[in-house]
Amino acid sequence: MGPLGKLTAMELRLFFREPITVVFTLALPLMILYLLGGVFGNAAGDNTSPDGIVPYRGFGATNWYTAAYVAVAVAGFTLISAPTHMVEYRETGVLRRLRASAVPRWMVLASQFLTSLVIATVGAAVLLAVALAATDVDPPVNWWAFLAAYVLGAFALVSLGLALGAVMPTARAAQSAGLVLWFMLLLICGAGPPPEVLPDAMRTLGQWLPLAPVISLLQEPWLTGGWAGRQALVVVGIGVASLAVAWRLFRWE
Amino acid sequence: MSVAGLAKRYGDLVAVADVSFEVAEGEIFGLLGPNGAGKTTSVECVQGLRRADSGDISVLGLDPRADVERLRRVIGSQLQESALPQRLRVAEALDLFSSLQAGGPSWRAVMDDWGLTPKAGSAFGSLSGGQRQRLLVALAVVNSPKVVFLDEMTTGLDPAARRATWGLIERIRDNGTTVVLVTHFMDEAERLCDRLAVVNEGRIVATGTPGQLIAEHTREVTVRFSAPGNLDFLRGVAGVEAVDRRGHSVTVRGEPVIVARVGRALSEAGIEPIDMAVVRPALEDVYLHLVGQDGA
Repeated sequence: MGPLGKLTAMELRLFFREPITVVFTLALPLMILYLLGGVFGNAAGDNTSPDGIVPYRGFGATNWYTAAYVAVAVAGFTLISAPTHMVEYRETGVLRRLRASAVPRWMVLASQFLTSLVIATVGAAVLLAVALAATDVDPPVNWWAFLAAYVLGAFALVSLGLALGAVMPTARAAQSAGLVLWFMLLLICGAGPPPEVLPDAMRTLGQWLPLAPVISLLQEPWLTGGWAGRQALVVVGIGVASLAVAWRLFRWE
Repeated sequence: MSVAGLAKRYGDLVAVADVSFEVAEGEIFGLLGPNGAGKTTSVECVQGLRRADSGDISVLGLDPRADVERLRRVIGSQLQESALPQRLRVAEALDLFSSLQAGGPSWRAVMDDWGLTPKAGSAFGSLSGGQRQRLLVALAVVNSPKVVFLDEMTTGLDPAARRATWGLIERIRDNGTTVVLVTHFMDEAERLCDRLAVVNEGRIVATGTPGQLIAEHTREVTVRFSAPGNLDFLRGVAGVEAVDRRGHSVTVRGEPVIVARVGRALSEAGIEPIDMAVVRPALEDVYLHLVGQDGA
């Protein structure tokens, strides 16, 4: 195994030695999915309000949430744990130590990217498996398009996490910033209350956050079997821009 | 290794004003000075971890500004304020770092060599201060470097762990590796360094072996003994600067030659103390003389 493989394997082992992070990453989205699915049911049009608003674009709530919660599961690790971890490495001198041993910048970033991607994907897979096995969710209408949407979405969220890790000055700042983004994702970007019931201002704000297109991208093939082309471009753009920021602003100490 | 006219500033703060020194192959070379003197910045420039503003640096024929990747492969570092992930285990750390810089012996041999095998499965965070230093030194030499940089490695260690660490440093040198040691401990420098440079306020103020520095920068020895009676005649001995008496205990200070002269003068006066002792100046006296009392 080459140095990059060793470094990545080390990060993965270290992750599974942190029981609390493991539980948070894998179990929290499951819990919320279970609660929301239980509250709103999965019949299409079930939750139409007295004043005639049809939420979830008319789809079943569990279908709607399961697709969105893949993004929540991924973002929980990539936007909170991963950046905090990288800033901690900078603060405690782990990055100094690696640099002195001739580890180049690209290798640090690549190992963090791969680690974050693998763990986030394990989280997403657990979520999907449990949702499909234990809830009344309908599987994606188009699996292949959904998987393609996942690849792009995960790329964007992992890269965004790397950028946060490069930009944030302290671990505490990284954690706060990640949490804020994650809650916005949860509350106003399409993973929480159906956008149809949000006030206009919030709905607009939600749509301008980098997380909303990821959710739409995942929901389209799951719910309709289609492909959200415009969102796909935005998501790829977010990923590429985040990688550029991470590369430019990465600091060893 | 040669460093000439190294300078580095951070904004308005001049960290290193003008540092020049040479290190010969196979020696332990020390940079000694108070905190903030510019020692760490100097060695970090030499290792290519910081970019010097000016000056010529050559390490094993490589310029850290031009050949930093090649340089890092042939040097080993134990850096100030560096750490490993808390949950990383000793064996994993050695395995990882030996793969980062290929070319050394097997990491298992290094682990054995440095007495870390019993701790192979322990997490970095659970090691004692001395064990951590041992691991960090082992990581610094895991690629069989030609030069090892050790920065403030005994700070925060208890006396027993410090002594053990000194043994490790001598072992590195005995294996043929050149060692550059940064420290603010006099006893450490005096005990370990073949040659050293005293750094103060970003400049080298003296260079030489510990013995040379002591000989060049101090002119005084102290002779101590116990004797009753009037010893005022010692004040007339050539070279004596002061005679101090407290009860029966006498202290005579002066040029190095007074050791023999005071002995003769006492003997001629019929006084032959059995506890006569000569206190030579230590590196500490040189250091305080060079950097000023405040700097210590």
